[in-house]
Amino acid sequence: MPKDHGIGASSKRREDVRFLTGAGNYTDDINVHGQAYVHFLRSDAAHGTISNLDTSEAARMPGVVRIFTGADFEGVGGLPCGWQVTDRHGEVMKEPAHPVLAQGKVRHVGEIIAAVVADTLEQARDAAEAIVVDIDELPAVVDMKAALEEGATRVHDDLADNLCYDWGFVEENKGAVEEAIANAAHVTTLELVNNRLVANPMEPRVAVGDFERGTGNSTLYTTSQNPHVIRLLMGAFVLGIPEHKLRVVAPDVGGGFGTKIFHYAEEAFCTFAAKALNRAVKWTSTRSEAFMSDAHGRDHVTRIELALDADNNFVAVRTETLANMGAYLSTFAPSVPTWLHGTLMAGNYKTPNIYVNVKAVFTNTVPVDAYRGAGRPEATFQLERVIDKAARELGVDPVELRRQNFITEFPYATPVAVEYDTGDYHATMDKMLELLDRDGFAARRKESEAKGKLRGLGINCFIEACGIAPSNLVGQLGARAGLYESATVRVNATGGLVVMTGSHSHGQGHETSFPQVISEMIGIPEDQVEIVHGDTANTPMGMGTYGSRSLAVGGSAMVRAAEKIINKTKKIAAHLLEAAEADIELKDGTFSVAGTDKSVAWGDVCLAAYVPHNYPLEDIEPGLEETAFYDPSNFTYPAGAYACEVEVDPETGHVSIERFISADDFGNVVNPMIVEGQVHGGIAQGIGQALLENCVYDENGQLVSASYMDYAMPRADDLPHMASYTVDHSCQTPCTHNPLGVKGCGEAGAIGSPPTVINAILDALHSGGHKVDHIDMPATPARVWAAINGQ
Amino acid sequence: MYSFDIERPTSVADAVAALGADEALALGGGQTLIPTLKQRLASPSKLVSLSGIAEMKGVSQDGNTLRIGGGTTHASVAREAGAFPALAALAGNIGDPAVRNRGTIGGSLANNDPSACYPAAALGAGAMIVTDRREIAADDYFQGMFATALEEGEIITAVTFPIPAKAAYMKFEQPASRFALVGVFVSQGDAGVRVAVTGASEGGVFRWSAAEEALSGNFSADAISGLSLPADDMIADLHGTAAYRAHLVSVMTRRAVAAAG
Ligand SMILES: Cc1cc2nc3c(=O)[nH]c(=O)nc-3n(C[C@H](O)[C@H](O)[C@H](O)COP(=O)(O)OP(=O)(O)OC[C@H]3O[C@@H](n4cnc5c(N)ncnc54)[C@H](O)[C@@H]3O)c2cc1C
Repeated sequence: MPKDHGIGASSKRREDVRFLTGAGNYTDDINVHGQAYVHFLRSDAAHGTISNLDTSEAARMPGVVRIFTGADFEGVGGLPCGWQVTDRHGEVMKEPAHPVLAQGKVRHVGEIIAAVVADTLEQARDAAEAIVVDIDELPAVVDMKAALEEGATRVHDDLADNLCYDWGFVEENKGAVEEAIANAAHVTTLELVNNRLVANPMEPRVAVGDFERGTGNSTLYTTSQNPHVIRLLMGAFVLGIPEHKLRVVAPDVGGGFGTKIFHYAEEAFCTFAAKALNRAVKWTSTRSEAFMSDAHGRDHVTRIELALDADNNFVAVRTETLANMGAYLSTFAPSVPTWLHGTLMAGNYKTPNIYVNVKAVFTNTVPVDAYRGAGRPEATFQLERVIDKAARELGVDPVELRRQNFITEFPYATPVAVEYDTGDYHATMDKMLELLDRDGFAARRKESEAKGKLRGLGINCFIEACGIAPSNLVGQLGARAGLYESATVRVNATGGLVVMTGSHSHGQGHETSFPQVISEMIGIPEDQVEIVHGDTANTPMGMGTYGSRSLAVGGSAMVRAAEKIINKTKKIAAHLLEAAEADIELKDGTFSVAGTDKSVAWGDVCLAAYVPHNYPLEDIEPGLEETAFYDPSNFTYPAGAYACEVEVDPETGHVSIERFISADDFGNVVNPMIVEGQVHGGIAQGIGQALLENCVYDENGQLVSASYMDYAMPRADDLPHMASYTVDHSCQTPCTHNPLGVKGCGEAGAIGSPPTVINAILDALHSGGHKVDHIDMPATPARVWAAINGQ
Repeated sequence: MYSFDIERPTSVADAVAALGADEALALGGGQTLIPTLKQRLASPSKLVSLSGIAEMKGVSQDGNTLRIGGGTTHASVAREAGAFPALAALAGNIGDPAVRNRGTIGGSLANNDPSACYPAAALGAGAMIVTDRREIAADDYFQGMFATALEEGEIITAVTFPIPAKAAYMKFEQPASRFALVGVFVSQGDAGVRVAVTGASEGGVFRWSAAEEALSGNFSADAISGLSLPADDMIADLHGTAAYRAHLVSVMTRRAVAAAG
């Protein structure tokens, strides 16, 4: 019998009642009395000097409150970067100023030139059209290779060149890797692109700045995955507002996928303008604005070499990557191609020698930062594509080639700085193969061929580093933040309780899964537990949600706080039952004395804490409220094995996904239904990256894929039918270092699926006699057809 | 959106009169026009909504001719044009349900988007475009991307199709917009074989005469198996090169002929 509550139960997502009935409270639902609206005048040039900016006529237009330009922000800080990478020569990265409003120069299409605040949005837009702006255009830097050439136009003329950093990892291993490659029996080389993506959460970004004249307090309502981080960055670095005078609220948020981690100009602007105008200021992004102002994802160009010995053991991996930073450094941009990518280049394999080189490049494009998986999909894609290519070159089974190189002993210290605590890669591979029915593939291929289609099977393994992150470790690696998480557990007098977590839910279902853990610990019904998150005014300092960290880090903080509560309630129960504390047991919401029939209910103990008439006041304080901060001692390492079967129409190049199978190891699972939903969504995004999504700039820095007319999002019918879409998480090697034994599941699907799909397409093409080594993502019909026809 | 006036006439005559105003524009289902207004790419003084004009709506059959009111939505055509299954199927695969329940055949033909589906059907079946003032043969009506024979203020009140003996439309969707990357409408009827191609050409919808000739003698996919189009005038964009589009025209034409039976 599956459990019906607590850890392991597929409790229904309680938050969905409000989301699905239109009762959610999103940032755009928040309207402050008397608010004004801002419309941002954005650059339509990719690169240029603002030679004339005249707002005088626009300022006289009906309803205009005030027009702000870069000049109004001269004394204001720029948007800070939260991570400093040190390069292979020991130099710190170049860190150009990142102004809130353009300071005399624009560096990407969409950069804000002026902000018009008016009584209505239409008035603001009308006035924006009356602003006179002349831009002397400069050549746009778009292609990363060209950007690094001698004499290339500089995105930032105060910097020597467009190279942000040249990172080597691990630099000391470089020589050994070179030697291993030189002496290898076989070396497989692959050049590939990890396509630039636009996150496209369903809810676009929104910011409402408010200021209370009576108290001098500022409030920002924003679509953020981490309100405390925004409060710290914006308060301390941009606007100079101390944290106790600044409240940041991120209410219901409709999807983030990483792009809502970062601190954006629009947030700082609305907060600043509200104070300057003594009036709330609201901005709601249009979808068109989102394309040119939300941080983009991925955009790597990589050359990878995999060296093998005569027995097909991996002996070395060497990679060279160009990583696009865009025009400015977004909040965590420098960490993505380095510490979230280089550290994963061992994958599931015991390759002894690994060297990763990353050059981060400035271009006249929207800043690029973390997007679901962040660095780990890029690492997995290279590694798993080159392994597949090697298997083909060597004429060996791609499954067996992987198996023979699997890491099997744990803990395992990789040559790229991380230590996997636990895992069982054969188990997930076995599970995947069992669900796949590999033996039946030949018959399925025949059926496809009878319809004139080529059928391919792709398999793939992956590992990720989640549960981000041990603070002392990331501090050494350049993080300017700690990455612990916090929780306060407040028990009310009648026994119900509220968990105030620093994690943030923007689709993940914390309001359901977190109470399941508390219910398991105390033995009270899940509906006795309420989750509060997203408001700096009523939650402890937290780092928010990304990097599959909520349950592993935020959940662990909650467990620690709940343990403190349980310890205290046991003391109270011991007093009430006149027994020794050591003899008190808590089960199903009742405290009892071991070996007796004496007991007291959870609710009575809680009441005693708040009505302490008969209470050990000399030993413990009244009340029941505890806070814990949890800092993980290691990352968690979810891993899995995926398979995909595709049909390719050789006449048109169209690819359809016929089956998709995932076997994941997430450690312990609190809510299987939510986990499956996360994997389904992640795979859908990965299929989107593999087949459909592509953010394209032309050589002038104009965004070509600037709307859904040209940027293809995956739709339901691009995905396999549910019956052919199997997600499994039954292989469980619990994390050894967090109290729940959980590893995180939010990014797995998006990490594991892109190479699976591409491997399957290439298998299909080879079955038709088309000897294609690689197809870059997205494998659109046009690209697949061109590959088949050698174009 | 800039502000504008709106009128909702209930007869074609009143609509024509209303459209006489300076900078007035007809509003069909608004599926093209409203997004254009929202992006402030057009600033009409007045919109004349055609959706309240009963005489412009509905599908009717007269012998071998199917008449579709210019204000008939794609969803209605999909439902009611059973006498011309290829046309009903085409309409049923335009956009999504929201688009199909608002967008109209008149709006689509007036707009003449180079990737739209209806222009292929009108040209590929030899339809007649009926306006408030005249009838225009499809062969004379389409005049390049977004260009038609319509005069200022002229309203498409109906479209009449001779029902062909055999017909099919094959659409290869552009992955993002799901308009036609290449769409081919073939028909065989009293007026012979017609092959119309949308999505592919810089010149908008066109007839592929070489294919028509080859199919006239032998209406089968084999008859055109060796036939290809030059890529010279084909559209090239991030969804496909000119060569790819030219190739797809051949593939989709063969598939359309096979489907037409
Ligand atoms: C998401 C989406 C997907 C779509 N997918 C497809 C697709 O796959 N295939 C496809 O073919 N189309 C597609 N379309 C376009 C759709 O078919 C539109 O409905 C059509 O282009 C315009 O019709 P409308 O009635 O909405 O015209 P409107 O938007 O109201 O008007 C368009 C133009 O036609 C004029 N006009 C309108 N009616 C008349 C009339 N009776 N006489 C004269 N002029 C008139 C207007 O003045 C305007 O200039 C899609 C649209 C959307 C939004």
